Amino acid sequence: MNLKSLNIPNIDFVNRRHLAMMFSAVLLIASIVSLSVQGLKLGIDFTGGTLIELGYQQTADLEEIRGKLNETNYKGTNVQYFGSDTEVLIQLEPQQVSSAKLSSSIIHMLGENIDVRRVEFVGPKVGEELTNDGGLAMLYALIGILIYVAFRFEYRFALGSIAALVHDVIIVLGVFSALQIEFDLTVLAAILAVIGYSLNDTIVVFDRIRENFLSTRKVEPKPIINDALNQTLSRTIMTSLTTLLVLLALFYLGGEVIHSFAGALLIGVVIGTYSSIYVASSMILALGISKADMLPSEKESKEIDARP
Amino acid sequence: MNHYSGWKNALIAFFLLLSALYALPNIYGSDLAIQISSAGDASIGEQDLATVENTLSTNTVDYKSIGLSDNRILIRFESSQSQEQLSTQALLKATLSRNYVVALNLAPSVPQWLSDLGGRAMSLGLDLRGGVHFLLEVDMEAVVAMSIDRYYNELRSLLREDRLYKGIRNEGTSLLVTFKSEESKQQGKSLIRGELLDMQIVEGSESELQLSLEITPAAIKASKSTALKQNITTLRNRVNELGVAEPIIQQQGSERIVVQLPGVQDTARAKEILGAVATIEFRLVDEKNDLQLALNTSKVPVGSKLYYFKSGRPLLLKSSVIATGENITGASSGIDQNNAPMVNIQLDGPGGRSMLETTKEFINHRMAVVYIENKVETVLEDGEMVKLRTKTQDIINAATIQGTFSNRFQVTGMESARAARNLALLLRAGSLSAPIEIIEERTIGPSLGADNIAKGFLSVLVGFALVLVFMAWRYRVFGLVANVALTLNLVTIVAVLSLIQATLTLPGIAGIVLTVGMAVDANVLIFERIKEELKSTNNIQKAISAGYEKALLTIADANITTLIASIVLFSFGTGAIKGFAVTLSIGIITSMFTAIVVSRALINLIYGGKKVEELAI
Repeated sequence: MNLKSLNIPNIDFVNRRHLAMMFSAVLLIASIVSLSVQGLKLGIDFTGGTLIELGYQQTADLEEIRGKLNETNYKGTNVQYFGSDTEVLIQLEPQQVSSAKLSSSIIHMLGENIDVRRVEFVGPKVGEELTNDGGLAMLYALIGILIYVAFRFEYRFALGSIAALVHDVIIVLGVFSALQIEFDLTVLAAILAVIGYSLNDTIVVFDRIRENFLSTRKVEPKPIINDALNQTLSRTIMTSLTTLLVLLALFYLGGEVIHSFAGALLIGVVIGTYSSIYVASSMILALGISKADMLPSEKESKEIDARP
Repeated sequence: MNHYSGWKNALIAFFLLLSALYALPNIYGSDLAIQISSAGDASIGEQDLATVENTLSTNTVDYKSIGLSDNRILIRFESSQSQEQLSTQALLKATLSRNYVVALNLAPSVPQWLSDLGGRAMSLGLDLRGGVHFLLEVDMEAVVAMSIDRYYNELRSLLREDRLYKGIRNEGTSLLVTFKSEESKQQGKSLIRGELLDMQIVEGSESELQLSLEITPAAIKASKSTALKQNITTLRNRVNELGVAEPIIQQQGSERIVVQLPGVQDTARAKEILGAVATIEFRLVDEKNDLQLALNTSKVPVGSKLYYFKSGRPLLLKSSVIATGENITGASSGIDQNNAPMVNIQLDGPGGRSMLETTKEFINHRMAVVYIENKVETVLEDGEMVKLRTKTQDIINAATIQGTFSNRFQVTGMESARAARNLALLLRAGSLSAPIEIIEERTIGPSLGADNIAKGFLSVLVGFALVLVFMAWRYRVFGLVANVALTLNLVTIVAVLSLIQATLTLPGIAGIVLTVGMAVDANVLIFERIKEELKSTNNIQKAISAGYEKALLTIADANITTLIASIVLFSFGTGAIKGFAVTLSIGIITSMFTAIVVSRALINLIYGGKKVEELAI
């Protein structure tokens, strides 16, 4: 038997939680400041507008394209390379007249023999709806999870897991805001996936905490939580590593279109792993979890005893 | 202990074989093909197949195979024959009648026995195969305005008989009627109640001699839904004219239509055709009145209307219309003897009669063709979104009537051959009953689609390989078992996606990649648990069994919560998000089966019922 791998680590997570809380607080405050000062760089999915991706045979001359666009009276144009210097991304803010024809006229103006790789046009009304739907999706996901965890565990666990999720979401949004990476629909999907992932991690730890509360005679919550964290640590790290491996593959090989999607998940998985160790368990400790909360309620056990 | 009964193993093997079978269609590539289907409801039969085969052989077209199935004819080509595919499409379009839709397609080359078993390849989303997605919104305000116009006329003819009213004013969403007397008002009211069932009196609008009428909510709803349905029909006709294989035209909500055209290359033309509300009218030129006088005094003579050519040149035309686009039953474009683009027009009975009478009576006079286009666009005005409606009416041609004609004639004066082609198509497909606006467009060019497939496939492959190596290194024999389970999971996901014909998109591939990463979690949980159990017991069989049992509840809890998140994603998400949620949900469910049941079966086969000294974990 390989004894070395059987060693369960004994790291004092619980007593280091104040340090972790400070770390989290700093990240959260920085994220919120960034979000409120410069906000998110929303993509056209949410703002409305037009996006055109063009493929040139040779290196594209951005100055020439900008020059041609400046001759028109379209406002808020942004021209940049996308992935390589033969591919160009043109973005336009919503114009005075919102029309799907805009892209055709720009492509026509730029000349022939250009490969039109992608055109996206989102009308202002659609953008508004997508923003609302996105917000609602996030809210409903959180509520659904809250109900399930409260039902399967206890309300303190539900609050703990939601605290961890809100923590993760705010920090991922904060990174996107601080680095001004474009926030589009796929990033929103990634954040919802982060919610799912981080929760997965948290639930595994909670499950173990409950089990330990029930199986040992100890009543003090701190060592019990600490044991659970140590027992699940190697699983937490293993799963994070395998997930990070595939995400790295997606990030580097998946192409420009899902680059920010993979990026959001990468950040999210790292933060989610951290939060399920430190944030969620600190939260239930702070809420005053105890062995009594884990036992079946008195009334139920009396009923069982009363049976012949 | 640690032994699955024979039937349980057999059941697992059966499920896995079934998965493998239905995942199989995806390994066969697809052929370049031309798809011929019916433009209407008529079915395609052996006779049509014979006609097509005949055409192909007389023109010595080289193709791989031809077949009739699912009410469509598929002509397959070798992958090197893309030129032949295009030229054959042009040939068939020219020779077959307009009752057929001739479209380019990619046909999966699944062997017959497999497709007989219901095996089909996954359907690829627009972002993987290239194509256009449009979201169109019908201008419902215009629909209501049009119904008010109609009721205005009905109301007038209803009250006119007994000369009951003094005046009727159209106030946009209501009609204000002024009666001659109290008596006529009462009479009018009972007439309206009896005959105009779709109108009701606006509450509190009644005064001594006046009252306002509005359309009942039920009638408004009905006219909106009719407008939407008619527009869908027209769009379907237009898409058929464009020749698209497997288009999707669907209602979304109460005023929107989704149009998806896979594989369309000329997206600019698709946009022009789908959104256009264009028709033509035939009118006589007013040759009696002085145009210059009308322009100078800006007073247009009674019975005439002032129109302009596209060049800006004005012309007086008579108000009465000889025929409109609604009378047109056929239209095709071509080139006349002067090499100018033209449209051949064919009129229905009433249109033909009216044209015959007019051309008889007004021979050697001039007749004009007016092109009418309604447009609706959203404009930002002081931060508010306002719908801007424009109606263009251009004279495209005014020529002397050389001889009498009725239902077949030609119209020239189009700017270009492309304009003539588009006009002919729009006249054939019928006009939209209400203006529509494209409010969302997502176009993926064919080159990006191919790129996306290649990159998506590569990242699945690399991610998968990395996880395999990592698991084998970390958990040895158990790692290999997990790897087999993971591989089977991938096969099962593909099988389920193929079976339910869910659309695979690039975010969907990302969902699969993520599932690969997360699916091993269940095995990691189990294996770590077994390791722990080994610490407290020397009974290896018991440790394996306890490891699986204790991890089960945790795995279920963790996966159900993730499933909740992905179901929410599915129900709220659009396009990209939905595709991701579908594969993630399927992946979570199938991974529970492979990671728990299949891996247990394998472990049982390896270690179960034997005396084991040491576990390679």
